[in-house]
Amino acid sequence: MDATVEKLKKNKAFSCLECGKCTAVCPISRFNESYSPRRMVAEGLFYGADGLVDDRLLWSCLTCQLCSQRCPVDVRYSEYMRDVRAEAVSLGKMGNPSHGGALHYIMEIATSPKLKQERTEWIESGLRVKKKGEVLYFVGCIPFYQDFFAKDFEFTPVSIARDTVRILNHIGVEPVVLENERCCGHDLYWLGRLTEFDDLGRLNIKAIEQSGAKTVVTACPECALTLKRLYSERLGTASFEVKHISEVVADHIERISFDELERKITFQDPCRLGRYLGVYDEPRNVITAIPGVTFKEMAHSGRGAICCGTTNWMNCDATSKKIQSSRLKEAKAAGAGTLVTACPKCQIHFRCAQYGEEAEDIDIELMDFVNLVASALRK
Amino acid sequence: MAGKTEDKKKRKAGSGSTAGPKKKPSAKKAAAKKRTASRKKDFTPNIVVFACNWCSYAGADNAGVNRIQYSPNFRVIRTMCSGRVTPAFVLKAFKLGADGVMVSGCHFGDCHYIFGNYKAVEQFEKTKALVKTLGLDEKRVALEWVSAAEGTRWGEVIDNFVAQVTSLGPSPLNHSKKKRT
Repeated sequence: MDATVEKLKKNKAFSCLECGKCTAVCPISRFNESYSPRRMVAEGLFYGADGLVDDRLLWSCLTCQLCSQRCPVDVRYSEYMRDVRAEAVSLGKMGNPSHGGALHYIMEIATSPKLKQERTEWIESGLRVKKKGEVLYFVGCIPFYQDFFAKDFEFTPVSIARDTVRILNHIGVEPVVLENERCCGHDLYWLGRLTEFDDLGRLNIKAIEQSGAKTVVTACPECALTLKRLYSERLGTASFEVKHISEVVADHIERISFDELERKITFQDPCRLGRYLGVYDEPRNVITAIPGVTFKEMAHSGRGAICCGTTNWMNCDATSKKIQSSRLKEAKAAGAGTLVTACPKCQIHFRCAQYGEEAEDIDIELMDFVNLVASALRK
Repeated sequence: MAGKTEDKKKRKAGSGSTAGPKKKPSAKKAAAKKRTASRKKDFTPNIVVFACNWCSYAGADNAGVNRIQYSPNFRVIRTMCSGRVTPAFVLKAFKLGADGVMVSGCHFGDCHYIFGNYKAVEQFEKTKALVKTLGLDEKRVALEWVSAAEGTRWGEVIDNFVAQVTSLGPSPLNHSKKKRT
């Protein structure tokens, strides 16, 4: 019980006014009436975490921060969920992982120090990368997504990695790519599996420091959040600066010349990039700088953007699919022909919602931010 | 008290001497080499086999009934169909320290669920790619078709796979120090 009080105190749950704004905006509550962030907090306050650890809905929270954004007293709901999950994990409990937990096993296997991965096969001729240098490109899980999702969803996740290097090369940067980079551990952190997260963090920090990198660039908002904030929160301040690729491109926008691209585009703010890291304007500035592009904003955008429906590869169900299709409908309703997102996971989830569906109202072209920028670069 | 500090000094001097650091790593390396060599030599692999209920599991049974002699270094997990064996199953086996994983089902056209083994091929392609990217050798996984009447073939298939995995040595995720038989 003491541990529960500690968790509630740490995440300011005692301040809860029970106003219910969290439940009003929660994307899960919108489609699943039995889920309510307010109830989760109230239950913790009245009965402690004992009941919550057995609740299957504990694993449903997307940790998208939309509720924290609206909370008038700043209850840290996502962090509260993480702490209760950590308690559940210590009791040997877990939610329902999607894909049979394959992606979680990859993360767990990555904690093994003896592992020597073969994850740099995507580097084709024409891309310039180094072994040591100032700037490092942190690839993330993209090589595994290529193996796992490429065939089903008819897209090439590695093109995100290739185009990121292409963009960096274009602005005169030759990035370091680690041969034995580990999963960043983002998902394990939010699932409360902190021991494994720490192991991955230590391995990654050591590898990055050995490469001599001062700046780490990533095309995945989750990696960016983890490297920038979560590692320093748990493992001490890191010696490198972390930037998402959209920030790098925005910084160099004056020097980049684009070809014309006739497209109507809308942008999906990934929750980690927007609400966690506060990067809203940079991707928009870059997209609107491409000549010929008409930028359309969705009904929910920026700080109020709705998540892609699944996080941590956990508890994916009909609710997730409904969130995804409603988001795709929103993009279509905004009058866009292409939905651009800056997170590979968002794209996978949206493609999954489209998979096998013939419905016209969710049929919209999906594209990663780096693919868009790279296709517009003047040759 | 004085003796202790002297000891400390001695130790310090020992580690700081010119001969020490040069000799040490090479000796260490040689020892490590010897250890890995001996580990490889005495190595008996741990192999997990997912066998489908209708053909391969019955094939294994047939091998037993016919008293066929073959390697004992594997454990069978019965699944209702080879198509059920997703990458997650295989990755979990590796995570728990398996040195090799085999998926076995019915021959094409023989599947009890008509197309289950075609699904198995799809799943296995993903598994193989993931295993390769993780840096575990592709040869640590295998997909085989064994029918209920092919007891002899079951023995051969297992023998070949055991030999293949033995030649690769222990998996980097196999942390067991005990020699298993």
